[in-house]
Amino acid sequence: MYKEIRLSGTGGQGLILAGIILAEAAGVYDGYDVIQTQSYGPEARGGASRAEVIIADDVIDFPKVTSPDVVLIMSQQACDRYGQHVKPGGIVLVDDTNVSSIPSLEDACVVTLPITEIARHDVGRQVVANVVALGALVGVTGIVTPDAMEKAISSRVPRGTEELNMKAFNIGLERGREARAKHETP
Amino acid sequence: MGNKTSIRLMQGNEACAEGAVAAGMRFFAGYPITPSTEIAEELAFILPKVGGKFIQMEDEIASISAIIGASLTGAKSMTATSGPGFSLKQESIGFAAIAEVPCVIVNVMRVGPSTGVPTAPSQADVMQARWGTHGDHPVVVLCPTSVAETYTLIVEAFNISERWRIPVIFLMDEVIGHMREKVAIPDPGELNIVNRARPRCKPEDYLPFDADAGDGVVPPMADFGTGYRYHLTGLTHDRTGFPTTKRPEVDALIRRLDSKMDKAKQEVTFVDEVLTEDADIAVFAYGITARAGARAVRDARASGVSAGLLKVKTLWPFPEEHVERIASKVRAIVVPEMNMGQLVREVERASKGKTKVISLTRVDAEPISPQQILSALKEV
Repeated sequence: MYKEIRLSGTGGQGLILAGIILAEAAGVYDGYDVIQTQSYGPEARGGASRAEVIIADDVIDFPKVTSPDVVLIMSQQACDRYGQHVKPGGIVLVDDTNVSSIPSLEDACVVTLPITEIARHDVGRQVVANVVALGALVGVTGIVTPDAMEKAISSRVPRGTEELNMKAFNIGLERGREARAKHETP
Repeated sequence: MGNKTSIRLMQGNEACAEGAVAAGMRFFAGYPITPSTEIAEELAFILPKVGGKFIQMEDEIASISAIIGASLTGAKSMTATSGPGFSLKQESIGFAAIAEVPCVIVNVMRVGPSTGVPTAPSQADVMQARWGTHGDHPVVVLCPTSVAETYTLIVEAFNISERWRIPVIFLMDEVIGHMREKVAIPDPGELNIVNRARPRCKPEDYLPFDADAGDGVVPPMADFGTGYRYHLTGLTHDRTGFPTTKRPEVDALIRRLDSKMDKAKQEVTFVDEVLTEDADIAVFAYGITARAGARAVRDARASGVSAGLLKVKTLWPFPEEHVERIASKVRAIVVPEMNMGQLVREVERASKGKTKVISLTRVDAEPISPQQILSALKEV
């Protein structure tokens, strides 16, 4: 396995933390080799923000994502910038709460879910949209085990928010699995 | 606690901080600057827990001055910065070299000159790390290629600094500093820790710069405040520590200091040879560029090109024996660098005309890609 994952959105949506949680789940708890990087600098504050994770069975030489297998898109700006860059056969997961113009890709699978809306209404706090997104991403792709994700979430989220984040993850996971099932049985 | 707790997802800067503490570093003084800030942040958090001291100084010059002072009292000391701060520290690096004060200076490289590009990676401080301060002086420069290596190599940086009483420059690049990787933290008992030699004589008999009291190269070093009173200066000095301009004494001091580079060479040279055994073309690379090199070499092999990699972790003293050996058996050495071609000149010098040396440069604030190196390997 050699999978490149790009999480993109707006500074403040918690995508760098999401990248760290995903990397920790894959590396520490699922036992893969893993590298996580992110974009820094002025562009990360309010502008397009991105975190990248590479998950592999074997040693990862180069840490930068060149052709992502999975792309999460949480803002229109990120969609315009990263929406077209995905490996043939890859998966693009779009938060259509924030993205109105959804990319249509011929050789990639585009899954839309109202991630921010789910966080706001089903979980009760918009701030956990990043963790809902992680749940959805795992539900759609199965790239790491839910068990590893839960461990990584508890170790990385602020003390006292574990329960809220776990709820966010599980609701996201459920919605992701449903979306995947819908795609597999058109 | 078992294995689970020793496997962690760590950032390069975090590994630098924690590895330094594992090496016994107990005094850090610094002034925050991107992309090195997480080192100071982490140390502000962990040093007090192990009885160490963290001080945020008023600027970079004060920071290196503080670590020199702390080292003189016996504490293993470190500062961390990036290009602009590294330029400011040069004068005091010279003082540490002539006064033979062990200390570690971390420079997480960003694009220069001057303020350059604060958050973007570069490898353009390689020559400055060796020759930034004036005068002939010994300095070892180490450069890690992964987060895990950052942890173990910073321990070596302290060991070298203590053993040879020299400043050691730890050159990271922004990519290594900021990326997170899985690290198996070595058990403290697994690490080899070196401490400076201290005098065995009585305080009244102590000659602070008498190398013959040690191994002939490095004089034993007394901790300030323990009764061994001595004079310290940036002027050339005799074995008592007082200034001298007597020609033979000046000559002996400069030659002895410089000889540390040669004497230390074998034990401070860290070079990994990857697939070089049967290689007919080689890549010479360091820092994040060595990671692109490793990928390029693997891809080149998949397409029938017998490439190998010199993954170089000690930049100074320059590993000329490794280069000369490989130069005599390959048809070319490709040298990718995120600068206008700095170490490629050393590679040329060490190759002694035995092979073709090709420089690959990138200075647009992005790391060199495996594809860029692969194309060069295929073209030669």
